Amino acid sequence: MKPLVEIRNLRAGIDGKEILKGINLTINSGETHAIMGPNGSGKSTLAQVIAGHPAYEVYEGEVLFEGENILELEPEERAQKGIFLAFQAPVEIPGVPLLEFLKTALNELREARGQEPVDTMSFLSKTRELAKEIIGKEEVIYRGVNEGFSGGERKRNEILQMRLLEPKFAVLDEIDSGLDIDALKLVAKHINEMRNPERAFLLITHYYRILEHVKPEKVHILYDGKIVRSGDYNLALEVEEKGYDWLLESVKA
Amino acid sequence: MPEEVQKEIEEVLSRDYEWGFVAPIEEEVAPPGINEDIIRYISEKKEEPEWMLEWRLKAYRIWKSMWERGEEPHWAYAHYPPIDYQSISYYAAPKKRPKYGSLEEVDPEIRRMFEKLGIPLEEQKALAGVAVDAVLDSVSVATTYRKKLEEMGIIFMSISEAIREHPDLVKKYLGTVVPPGDNFFAALNAAVFSDGTFVYVPPGVKCPIELSTYFRINAARTGQFERTLIVADKNSYVSYLEGCTAPMRDEHQLHAAVVELIALDGAEIKYSTVQNWWTGDEEGRGGIYNFVTKRGLCAGKNSRIMWVQVEVGSVITWKYPSTILKGDNSVSEFYSVAITNKRQQADTGTKMIHIGKNTRSRIVSKGISAGYGNNTYRGMVKILPSAENARNYTQCDSMLIGNNCGAHTVPSIEVRNPTAVSEHEATTSRIGEDILFYCRQRGLDEEKAIELIISGFAKEVLRQLPMEFAVEARKLLSISLEGSVG
Repeated sequence: MKPLVEIRNLRAGIDGKEILKGINLTINSGETHAIMGPNGSGKSTLAQVIAGHPAYEVYEGEVLFEGENILELEPEERAQKGIFLAFQAPVEIPGVPLLEFLKTALNELREARGQEPVDTMSFLSKTRELAKEIIGKEEVIYRGVNEGFSGGERKRNEILQMRLLEPKFAVLDEIDSGLDIDALKLVAKHINEMRNPERAFLLITHYYRILEHVKPEKVHILYDGKIVRSGDYNLALEVEEKGYDWLLESVKA
Repeated sequence: MPEEVQKEIEEVLSRDYEWGFVAPIEEEVAPPGINEDIIRYISEKKEEPEWMLEWRLKAYRIWKSMWERGEEPHWAYAHYPPIDYQSISYYAAPKKRPKYGSLEEVDPEIRRMFEKLGIPLEEQKALAGVAVDAVLDSVSVATTYRKKLEEMGIIFMSISEAIREHPDLVKKYLGTVVPPGDNFFAALNAAVFSDGTFVYVPPGVKCPIELSTYFRINAARTGQFERTLIVADKNSYVSYLEGCTAPMRDEHQLHAAVVELIALDGAEIKYSTVQNWWTGDEEGRGGIYNFVTKRGLCAGKNSRIMWVQVEVGSVITWKYPSTILKGDNSVSEFYSVAITNKRQQADTGTKMIHIGKNTRSRIVSKGISAGYGNNTYRGMVKILPSAENARNYTQCDSMLIGNNCGAHTVPSIEVRNPTAVSEHEATTSRIGEDILFYCRQRGLDEEKAIELIISGFAKEVLRQLPMEFAVEARKLLSISLEGSVG
């Protein structure tokens, strides 16, 4: 297995406040990792820094993607390399139909990779089909991006986009929050369907319940900007049973 | 027009019409200043008949008394130093062209925009004022079209030509919708107008082409006091497009145009504008002052007037394309997208004056403010007692980019007939870093992302534009906002 993503001693923050205090993490192709941790531990910051949100500052360290440091790249260049972020709070883009948005995005990605634009008709039928399956109604693709979508529909829309854009590395930032159990299972199903030896996932979550359906290879606990414990799926189970306090006590000890 | 209607119109409109300007002058010909001799000089240069000179002189006297009474309007949401009208030169011979030997001498900023808009090389040269050897395709195309139009009885020529060749038509309609005394700037324009366009479409004729799409290079040469008169006779149709997406620079800072549209029974006029005059530098220095009076008269039953405007340029815009819905069952629509960036100030909107029965109007205004720009929607819907069952719908949306710009909405609705209905909706939104980052995370660069967001916001307006201009206009919107986000 070769490393797809290597994060080395990453220190980053926002407005001069350091939030990530030296993260080290390697994710191989084909793996799914989960990052858990209490509020404020830096989980979302890690997601934003990987995707390149301009408000965040990187003080030290590297994020290698397929061996190349991506920290100097623009967000769209990272996306073009195959990095996808499912947002914790997806925004609304009024008046821009979801179908047009997705087609534009996919064609931008394809152009950057030297590929032909996608065939309009087959893209339309695929998008309709997936929208029906994932969001429950195909007519949403003609509405503005997330315009009038409920919180749950926005999360499902992130999964729809991930399926259509087919990234190599997907970071899912609290994709499970605000979803009922059926929606959660559906999201997990689509993640599982996409898993293959070339692709990797990083799931950021507070809760064990999505992991039960996805079963990640590795689980990391983030606390105060550092990974304080890594393990397999059983670590998530342990946190579920005993809470974070137990773990943090043992870290401090 | 019957006198009482004319009075009513004047009463409704004149008090609100005001503006202001400023003007450094770099060029030539007529000595600076305005007086009766200058008016005579202009009229003589243009070889006008006596009646036209009298018309101008009358307008000048109106303007002069307005000026003496201090009636230059200052109510718009725009700030600029006082204008010295005696320092402006009011007549310049057709501009000496070319100014440049090759395209390389033209401001790189302008060339970059030409390229982004995808304007053909030969047209770029003509627009920028570079010497062109080859005969421009569009010129010969224009000649061909003009012949075809003549065969159909359509008159389409400069207003100076029309004054000489079709004096009866011009006399009958000139100043009937925007009388010289309408407002300070309309009076100034009536006194000194340089040139403009005249269109007459005879009864039952549908003009087969978009007037002036092939005409855009000529449009680049329009003067600072332009005058346009379009008359659509019974059951005729015409679509006219003014302006151009390419950036226009001009040595004259003060522009005061007048446009009059007249639609008789069953006639339809569509008037589209793409305005991209020089905005000035980051501090707004040198930008054009664009003070325009545009008004249409739905004179006949079942007539229809549509205004579509994409306002991107000028440092100060004062412009309210309006319609008087006089004929029963007449319809008017106003679609506008206005951008203010850098130090631009735009005070723009419309007036819909309902007089006839069952008249309907629809207003869709989209204002986008960025940089230190200020964008004001100023609208008036007036439903007179005679307007049984009149309907109006107004939608007025503002988008803010950054924290230093402003959006203002000044609607006025007056309904004097109990059977009438007027609806008004307004929203304000913001393009922030987060929405932009979302798009970029999906693979769109900043320019594409802005183009997409803005075209979504302005969709209802852009889709009213003639097809070939809609694409350019969409690009133009995103280019003019480049670098303003994040």
